[in-house]
Amino acid sequence: MKQKTDQYILAIETSCDETAVAIVKNGRDLLSNVVASQIESHKRFGGVVPEIASRHHIEQITIVLEEALQKAGVTMEEIDAIAVTEGPGLVGALLIGVNAAKAIAYAHQKPLVGVHHIAGHIYANRLEKEFSFPLLSLVVSGGHTELIVMKEHGDFQVIGETRDDAAGEAYDKVAKALDLPYPGGPYIDRLAAEGEATIDFPRAWLEEGSYDFSFSGLKTAVMNTLHNARQKGKTLKKEDIAASFQESVIDVLVTKTYRAAREYEVKQLIVAGGVAANKGLRAGLKEQFAGEAIDVLIPPLSLCTDNAAMIAAAGSVAFEQGHRAGLDLNANPSLSLERYAKRSKR
Amino acid sequence: MNILAIDTSNQVMSTAVLNGDQLIAEYTTNVKKNHSVALMPAIDNILRDAGITPGEIHKIVVARGPGSYTGVRIGVTTAKTLAWTLNIPITGVSSLEAAAYNGFYFPGLICSFFDARRGRVFAAVYKRDGKQLIPVLEEKNIQFTDWLQELKSQKEQVLFIGNNFSLHRENIQELLGDQAVIAEAFMHIPRASVLGHIGKDRDAEDLHSFTPHYLRLAEAEAKWLQTRGNGHE
Ligand SMILES: [Zn+2]
Repeated sequence: MKQKTDQYILAIETSCDETAVAIVKNGRDLLSNVVASQIESHKRFGGVVPEIASRHHIEQITIVLEEALQKAGVTMEEIDAIAVTEGPGLVGALLIGVNAAKAIAYAHQKPLVGVHHIAGHIYANRLEKEFSFPLLSLVVSGGHTELIVMKEHGDFQVIGETRDDAAGEAYDKVAKALDLPYPGGPYIDRLAAEGEATIDFPRAWLEEGSYDFSFSGLKTAVMNTLHNARQKGKTLKKEDIAASFQESVIDVLVTKTYRAAREYEVKQLIVAGGVAANKGLRAGLKEQFAGEAIDVLIPPLSLCTDNAAMIAAAGSVAFEQGHRAGLDLNANPSLSLERYAKRSKR
Repeated sequence: MNILAIDTSNQVMSTAVLNGDQLIAEYTTNVKKNHSVALMPAIDNILRDAGITPGEIHKIVVARGPGSYTGVRIGVTTAKTLAWTLNIPITGVSSLEAAAYNGFYFPGLICSFFDARRGRVFAAVYKRDGKQLIPVLEEKNIQFTDWLQELKSQKEQVLFIGNNFSLHRENIQELLGDQAVIAEAFMHIPRASVLGHIGKDRDAEDLHSFTPHYLRLAEAEAKWLQTRGNGHE
């Protein structure tokens, strides 16, 4: 039964290749979380094809909506607001979610809340444990590598970001060079566990004190090593390449994250995004933060990859803070997190 | 019976409310603007003017393509989600058929077409039969000059209704001469009131499986099929 004080958010996420709808109660209580993945379709192309992603979203959207409501056992009348990912992401894909959300909000005269995709990844953790501020979030995915400090709800300060490839992107490219299937991240993680880091690949620390990242040099170094070995007729063990590459990525991620956590005196470290599923990264962070009074939160696998529960969790706070979108809400493929933060703080 | 009709398949955006066969309100623009921004406020506006709430809509008719992929998807996503959440029937009508109705009383053939870039068009041919148009040539994605040759062999006057005439007028006149009639500018604008009229008595679609008619595979898909040796457009 819904109490008068309870808040129910229905959220939609279609920024890339997952059509997702979730219903969350009071910002933290997950009632349903339905994800229709298109990965099998995109595997044929070795990556996500935007036009095909948009076509799949429109095939799935009402099916996923219906399943999410049924699983939650909630009627539309009980929903307090509709939250939707407005960006960043693939514009054609985002448009399906945004227009579906507007249709529902309009049909039932419910408030509409636009949510930033990365804010969502961070808030996925709040479904597991309440935040304590200040907190630091390391967001690592196919499109993002960022360090974000939050002093309060809805406040996002980006202190470091990638200057070229995102970590997940580097994983996919190296996986491709090693002839591993798409998406390559999980395969590298698995191979790395069986190999040894025998090759000393570079670590891009950048200027002293910088929290930015760069992975394109590392990616090139891996390619060159493979190329040189091939020319000399040598065969390198894939497992060792994977282990050496992964060690370089994780070394930089963990070291910078640890330094930022100390400098900003945070109470919590939150890991978010698809690469948070990486076992090597999880182990590396746990080891580095062992014995520290910093609470390390890593969401379960189902909440690491793209889903709508995280959008509902972030949308719940934005809704509470009074953020509302109009019927003219558009998809914003390059929405910046800091601009979004300013808006939701109003 | 209140019908909401939506067409965003090309640059023109049009939405209308009909009560039976009576138009109550219509809003049509022909500007290079994002349909995703403008569509929902436009629907809100005409429903207000019509004095009906979303819950009082009984049926939705939407242009299901062909046209701009993104444009068609904005209309179909909005229409499909509205129909689902309001639990009302939805009917899809070909965007080409809706455009052809602007030439309803033309005694010969009516060819509607939309530019599909690189000399190609989405096109179809209709002819009036009593109170409706019936297809003479089914909708296709085709090289426009090939299409015009096909029309030439029909040996009947053809009325052309479409968009981007600056690109195609010369070809039409050159290949068909006096056989071709090009409609006046105001007749090229598809109107949602016409769409609603066409769809009002047609059967409802299966909601969940209702998707646009693109008439063309995504480029990556076509290439993928080609490399597997069974590709054709
Ligand atoms: Zn993501």
